[in-house]
Amino acid sequence: MIELLTSHYLYVLTFVLLGLGIYMVIASENLVKKLIGVNLFQTAIFLFFVSMAYIDVDGASAPIVPHEGTPGEVMVASPLPQVIVLTAIVVGIALTAVGLALIIRIYSEYGTLREDTLREVRADE
Amino acid sequence: MSSIDLLPPLLIAAPILAATLPIALGLWFDRAGWSVAAATTSGLFVGAVALANAVYGGERITHELGGYPREYGIELVADEFSMLIVLLVTAVAAGVLAFTRRGGPRGNTFYTAYLLLVAGLLGISLTGDVFNLFVFLEISSIATYALVASGDGPEAAVAALKYLILGTVAASMYLIGVAFVFMATGTLNMVELAGAIPEANTTLIRAGIAFMIVGFAVKVAQWPLHTWQPSAYQRAPDGVTPLIAALVSTASAYAFGRIIVTVLGVEYLAGTPNVAPIVLTIGCVSVLAGTVLAVIQTEVKRMLAYSSVSQFGLVIAAYGVVIAGESETALIGAAIHLVGHGVLKAGIFLAAALVATSYGARTVDEYAGLAKRRPFVAGSMAVLLLALVGVPPGVGFVGKWYIAVGAVESQLWPVAAVIFLSTMLTLAYAARLLEKMYFTPSAPADASRPGPAATDGGTADTDAAAAIRGAGAADPVSIGMIAVVVVAAVVAVALGFAGGTIADLLEPFLTEVFN
Repeated sequence: MIELLTSHYLYVLTFVLLGLGIYMVIASENLVKKLIGVNLFQTAIFLFFVSMAYIDVDGASAPIVPHEGTPGEVMVASPLPQVIVLTAIVVGIALTAVGLALIIRIYSEYGTLREDTLREVRADE
Repeated sequence: MSSIDLLPPLLIAAPILAATLPIALGLWFDRAGWSVAAATTSGLFVGAVALANAVYGGERITHELGGYPREYGIELVADEFSMLIVLLVTAVAAGVLAFTRRGGPRGNTFYTAYLLLVAGLLGISLTGDVFNLFVFLEISSIATYALVASGDGPEAAVAALKYLILGTVAASMYLIGVAFVFMATGTLNMVELAGAIPEANTTLIRAGIAFMIVGFAVKVAQWPLHTWQPSAYQRAPDGVTPLIAALVSTASAYAFGRIIVTVLGVEYLAGTPNVAPIVLTIGCVSVLAGTVLAVIQTEVKRMLAYSSVSQFGLVIAAYGVVIAGESETALIGAAIHLVGHGVLKAGIFLAAALVATSYGARTVDEYAGLAKRRPFVAGSMAVLLLALVGVPPGVGFVGKWYIAVGAVESQLWPVAAVIFLSTMLTLAYAARLLEKMYFTPSAPADASRPGPAATDGGTADTDAAAAIRGAGAADPVSIGMIAVVVVAAVVAVALGFAGGTIADLLEPFLTEVFN
């Protein structure tokens, strides 16, 4: 058990982060904090992807093929997850931008960022 | 033949590139957006027909993007199953434009989002890579959030934000699933995965399957994860709801089916404990919960949104039958119901939008007497609603029939019972609307009861109603808006007759999947 934790602590950390993110989405009443929670959740997934490329290959370095030496013999981490994460980060930024734009509109209409207050204001209308 | 190979990437790239034009041309022309969108979607439809012609002619068309081999590159695949969705997406996207020309929403940015959404949906249909699927899911979702938020009033922004948070978490769940599967197999290509998964570590694959099911259950709006959908459909602008309702969840449901049959494989899933019961339960519970919630709604668009929950429940239940019974028939049913429901919901939401534009009627009660004032729209809506219930020869009947036969063949009696029950319950809410339209006299007609002309039900009544509502200046409803609703009704019935043809077209795909 301890051995598993020491060798795979990155997985444990990313899933703790994942849990924190989803908890923030559910529990926080503040809309901006909810969006931060979504971001945290996504970041945890990105870290999961990147860490899995390293743990699978023991002693692998960053996937940069050196100038000298035979490229086939250099141990590198799998570059595919890192490319995936780059794409996913771009997607995440676009989502955050749209989300923040919506929150700005909600704030200018209702004058609040709290979900419970928002519910009361909307119920009154 | 190389020109046909280029069609899949063109179908995705063309709308993305064209999406920049409305904004750029908007600097000089106020209404350039509609023309650009109309030209693009018409071109896409022609391209889709050409591609479908080749695919159904027996060719399997693949395209490796950038020339990278599929082991680590991205491959686009057009096969019998995906072409059905591509045709549906391009046809509905072109059809809805006939409404938005006069019905709105106007503005060039709207058409940019519109074209981005179409590109995302076509990408979901054509991609052969599980991570690329995530990217296209997100492209279409971001465009949808923007389209929903463009509705009138602040409620639209609240609905869009709710959709954004739930939709993002759902897509991320799917991404975690992809991560687990990638960890176990080391590839992302669907065909490569299908070969690698049976030999891979079962614990990782099972964790991946669980995350994917949850992600898709939110995206397809299955009870109890459907909460984003009714408010998003209700608050979106009238011209946008038909597009979203017909295509967005349909593309997600198609992607789920693709993951089940092509990536994970029916045989593998059948050997994995609990997958079939879970998928069946999600589907069946959504069918019942969605219908019951639809019956108690008073707002027409909200009622139809809950109806979508139940109709997609049928598709998910069909996937459950496919896994549990390895049933080809249920897969045909799911494919036909996906396409059929798309056409039906597009038509019904267009009709609802038309009624809202001309009379401001949004609740079921306000539909009273519609048949007299708008005979064509009411007639088309009646045909579409009956097809949704499953009255033959509408397309809703064919889909449900195949799913039910698949369930009976696999001896899953509860599923067959749920499908039968859902038909009854669908009739309950469809009948409410039909009764209001055809058998309840409208309120203004009641007020002018002393006039003997009311009994004629002719033009005098219509003119009076129009005069009362002050619609004399310019008719907000164009011929194109009415025509597209009528066309949707005709297509719904024609597809009902074409059920056997669709099953024949899918045949090569089915033999590949089940052998």
